[in-house]
Amino acid sequence: MGDVTTQTNASGSDPVPNRIHARPVPRPGRLVAAAVVLVLAAMAANALITNDNFRWDVVWLYLRDVVVIRGVTWTLVLTFASMAIAVVLAVTLAMMRRSDNPVMRWVSWLWIWFFRGTPIYTQLIFWGLLGVLYPRLSLGIPFGPEFFTFRTEDVITAFWAALLGLAFNESAYLAEIVRAGLTSVDPGQTEAAKALGMKDGKIMRRVVLPQAMRVIVPPTGNETISMLKTTSLVVAVPLTLELTYGTSAIGNRIFLPVPLLVVAALWYLLITSILMVGQHYLEQYYGRGFGTATGRRGRGKGPGGKQAAIAAAGTVQEDVNREVTP
Amino acid sequence: MSVVADSAALPADSTDMVSVRAVHKVFGHGHDAVHVLKGVDLDVARGEVTVILGPSGSGKSTLLRCINELEEITGGTVVVGGDLMGYRQDAKGTLHRLHPKAVAKQRSRIGMVFQRFHLFPHMTALENVMEAPVQVRGLSKKAAKQRALELIERVGLSDRMDHYPAQLSGGQQQRVAIARALAMDPELMLFDEPTSALDPELVGEVLSVMQDLARSGMTMIVVTHEIGFAREVADHVVFMDDGVIVESGPPAEVLDTPKEERTRNFLSHVL
Ligand SMILES: Nc1ncnc2c1ncn2[C@@H]1O[C@H](COP(=O)(O)OP(=O)(O)O)[C@@H](O)[C@H]1O
Ligand SMILES: [Mg+2]
Repeated sequence: MGDVTTQTNASGSDPVPNRIHARPVPRPGRLVAAAVVLVLAAMAANALITNDNFRWDVVWLYLRDVVVIRGVTWTLVLTFASMAIAVVLAVTLAMMRRSDNPVMRWVSWLWIWFFRGTPIYTQLIFWGLLGVLYPRLSLGIPFGPEFFTFRTEDVITAFWAALLGLAFNESAYLAEIVRAGLTSVDPGQTEAAKALGMKDGKIMRRVVLPQAMRVIVPPTGNETISMLKTTSLVVAVPLTLELTYGTSAIGNRIFLPVPLLVVAALWYLLITSILMVGQHYLEQYYGRGFGTATGRRGRGKGPGGKQAAIAAAGTVQEDVNREVTP
Repeated sequence: MSVVADSAALPADSTDMVSVRAVHKVFGHGHDAVHVLKGVDLDVARGEVTVILGPSGSGKSTLLRCINELEEITGGTVVVGGDLMGYRQDAKGTLHRLHPKAVAKQRSRIGMVFQRFHLFPHMTALENVMEAPVQVRGLSKKAAKQRALELIERVGLSDRMDHYPAQLSGGQQQRVAIARALAMDPELMLFDEPTSALDPELVGEVLSVMQDLARSGMTMIVVTHEIGFAREVADHVVFMDDGVIVESGPPAEVLDTPKEERTRNFLSHVL
């Protein structure tokens, strides 16, 4: 069947002798709307570029300033490190929520309740005050003997306070995302894996999580972008090395706050753009195998974006539709 | 100790692959309790094919799931290949629940094919078939691949092995699912309505794979409504209704001259 199509195409003649060449429905409204939006965009760009208050010369100068670059680095470190810790915590919390053990379920619930229920700013202040509230940290049996003792300041530096503060708060949100992802996987998948003799841990890692990732990745990308900007709150600890604090400090010193705000905004935009590209590829990766199937019988609905990606990867033949009915 | 163990001497008759004795299954507790299996006895000899018929809701799926411990039974015993499933019995006759790892190991010797295939959608057909041997048996990727290629060829899908399940027809998916189960070299195969989710024109390709498998000497328990398959392939046909086995015997007997009213009634509907 497919061969016939190829042949006719190769010979150049149209296999549809009575192909319809109709005029599209006229849609003047679309043109007008596009024109209006374009004019508004041009006005906005003009207002930004020609306004001297923005001092684009200063912006350009400080965009590459040592302190600013250092701020960018710290912001990135805080973002990625806290997200990494949060992801590990979140997966643990989500699994605890699904556990047979009621103690696990409760602890997980309590954690999520607390960290979602209080403002991150307040939490960060508390992390900063930890050394005052608990001058010594010790490892031992509650109400019993202690085995190790540390001075809190030595262990929980401002950096760790900021990092853990961000990570713990984020873990509560991510845990809910992970839980939704795990729940989205057809229980039949677990059954099939069990029937093959796979153990619970393997089933989670090899079968459930990879499928849950399809649901988990998009909102997690969102959370990462959100985290990028939440790092500016670590001044509450206080940790004063990241981008927002660094730029505003310079702005205040040279009495030009506005251009330095623009500097920070541009950096955040750049990083966000890069994150979005990364997210796109992650989504493509975890969407593999899910391109066409919508019906339970795996009937193809035509090649979509993800399908095209699978085809591009060269793992399957190009004309996917052809394979559905042999 | 139990009446059960007396009637089913535990080291089962060596020709019996499966020996189900007085199995009860109750879902839920108290008010919500549903008594689904009400004392089922079933023996399947090594190399035999048993087809289970019965109306929807009669407990056929539950029985299969109890045999490979996807469900914990409430009463009775299930012995597969001489092993008591799910429990260890000590000298005094007390039962001890097996550790999940041991249960998983018991399951790995039993293949199961589901109505809705349940292939892993993020893996290609080939990867689906390789998964369990590598992850459960610890086989090398290379060895697993070689075996998987043989099995995929056996179900006639060599040209589709790099496709994701979503890119396969239902019949092709079910054949991959059969290959996936066979990759663990099971001594028993369970089929739960393997063709019920298929378009009519795709049923034949799956049944013919199953028929080949039966011919090769695999012990099989098949829940199906395909009477033709039962007549041709089965050594025994079992009719279930309302959680009990109503009638069983050779296909000619059960299908053509059923003794029980309920069997006749059911057959008149599906034939
Ligand atoms: N997990 C469960 N919890 C409660 N009831 C169940 C469960 N699984 C099956 N049942 C009930 O058991 C009965 C038999 O189901 P099943 O074994 O699937 O029947 P069949 O496969 O013969 O159609 C049905 O009434 C069904 O509602
Ligand atoms: Mg069923």
